[in-house]
Amino acid sequence: MIQKHESIVIQVVARALVPLILLFGVYVIVFGHYGPGGGFQGGVILATGVILHRLCLGRDFSHRTLPPGLAGGAAIAGLLLFGLMGIVPMVFGGAFLDYAHLPLPGYSTVDLRYLGIGIVEVAIGLAVMGASVVIFDSLAGGDSDA
Amino acid sequence: MVWQLDFWLLALLVVTAVVALQVRDLLAAVAVLTAYSFFMALLFAEMGAVDVALTEAALGAGVTGVLFVVAIFVTRRRSKD
Repeated sequence: MIQKHESIVIQVVARALVPLILLFGVYVIVFGHYGPGGGFQGGVILATGVILHRLCLGRDFSHRTLPPGLAGGAAIAGLLLFGLMGIVPMVFGGAFLDYAHLPLPGYSTVDLRYLGIGIVEVAIGLAVMGASVVIFDSLAGGDSDA
Repeated sequence: MVWQLDFWLLALLVVTAVVALQVRDLLAAVAVLTAYSFFMALLFAEMGAVDVALTEAALGAGVTGVLFVVAIFVTRRRSKD
């Protein structure tokens, strides 16, 4: 159902805007420690960038550039990374998501917690981005051209 | 907090909510609902809940609007009731 938009203005603006939106999404994920933002919001912003690409540049081109399998893979990878960050400290004697017990030598407890929450934010961002794009693809990806 | 700004944002919220419920064209209802989410995000930001405002702006005014539009294109555009 989604074809390339016929207006050249919309195509050019979408091509210029999508990288900036994706960059802002990454910024929101990474800046989540210090200010407003975090994994969920950044993941949603990343998903809006991909959905804009799908809407304005057509399904064929967009599926070649950003394949739908990649979105599903990102969702699964984010979920697995989050689970791993929860389970690994349990194996090494801590609680679930207790980053201070991550088995990384040479890091202080504070650095471990800082690193752990960063990795968890990235995992949440990947999972939310992938899941949102998969929802959009399965809604719009059918061959009905109504 | 500026109470005048709060008042007008809340009034706009009520107006957009009523319009989104009453309008028969579902595509127009989605557009008004997106405006509702945007005013909600402005209200959250003005009240100091910047994190919630960011979520509302990205999710309410961004992704759900697109998903509703796609759902309308897959189904019908006119409301029955």
